[in-house]
Amino acid sequence: MNASHETASSDQSPATTYGHYVLIWIGLVALTSLTVALAGISLGRWVIFTALTIASIKSTMVLFHFMHLRSEERIFRIFVFVALLTLAIFVVLTFFDYAFR
Amino acid sequence: MSSQETVAAVEGHVHRDDVGSRMGMWLFLFTELILFGGLFIVYAVYRFSHFAEFQLAAKELDTMVGTVNTLILLTSSLTVALSIVALRDGRKGFSMALVGVTILLALGFLVNKYFEWSHKFDLGIYPGSATLVNQPPGVVLYFGLYFVMTGLHALHVIIGMCVLGYLYRAIGKGIVRPDSYVRLEAGGLYWHLVDIIWIFLFPLFYLLQ
Repeated sequence: MNASHETASSDQSPATTYGHYVLIWIGLVALTSLTVALAGISLGRWVIFTALTIASIKSTMVLFHFMHLRSEERIFRIFVFVALLTLAIFVVLTFFDYAFR
Repeated sequence: MSSQETVAAVEGHVHRDDVGSRMGMWLFLFTELILFGGLFIVYAVYRFSHFAEFQLAAKELDTMVGTVNTLILLTSSLTVALSIVALRDGRKGFSMALVGVTILLALGFLVNKYFEWSHKFDLGIYPGSATLVNQPPGVVLYFGLYFVMTGLHALHVIIGMCVLGYLYRAIGKGIVRPDSYVRLEAGGLYWHLVDIIWIFLFPLFYLLQ
């Protein structure tokens, strides 16, 4: 393994500074406030949809910024995609079984 | 690991594969995803089959406690992410302080959880309690899932605290240092996963009333 690869393997992109993470944190807190506020008003059957959408956005922010997925090599993003796809297949198959029982 | 390092030191250069180390950590995290994913599927199926009872049971939970714990975990994710930046910049003391704050926030989360569960126990709500067995099946299922899922999550918080405690010491001793901090990255990844699981547990149990 050559020296340049060694450096690249451990370094994050230069943009990941203190300020960047604090901005992401502010965004996460804002989305938490939004989801709590939305739960207070009656949205009927949209409640679960909005709650899970906001949770997914928050998770994506954590994955790509706090967990450095955006600056990792591409194979990491492919791995995460495959893992989530596997979980999605479990969910879909379970509900097919449940719906047509 | 340490014997490898010794051999490498004798040879004059250190063999390291940080990408491989992080990939190993991610693979472990995928097993955690499947572990909690299975429980989320159980939750989804029972929520559909006992919709009204789940809505009713959720009213027992204190949204305020859940919101505070969400903010605690989000902030702890920030501090552990910042600790990596601090260490990379060579600010060892600041990095240790940030890891220390993360541990304290985790402790705060658990203290909150302790009071929350104690309150439930006082109301007679715990798995197999006399109060609960007289409730409709959906309510029993809801609280069963509530205790198992938030309990398993709390166990992960405790394990995370141990990992962070080790990292605090490792930074202090110079085992984790500005030119070699993949262990801190791996510990951080674990902590962020714990955060992500809570990001989903929070709306599913506390907000869908």
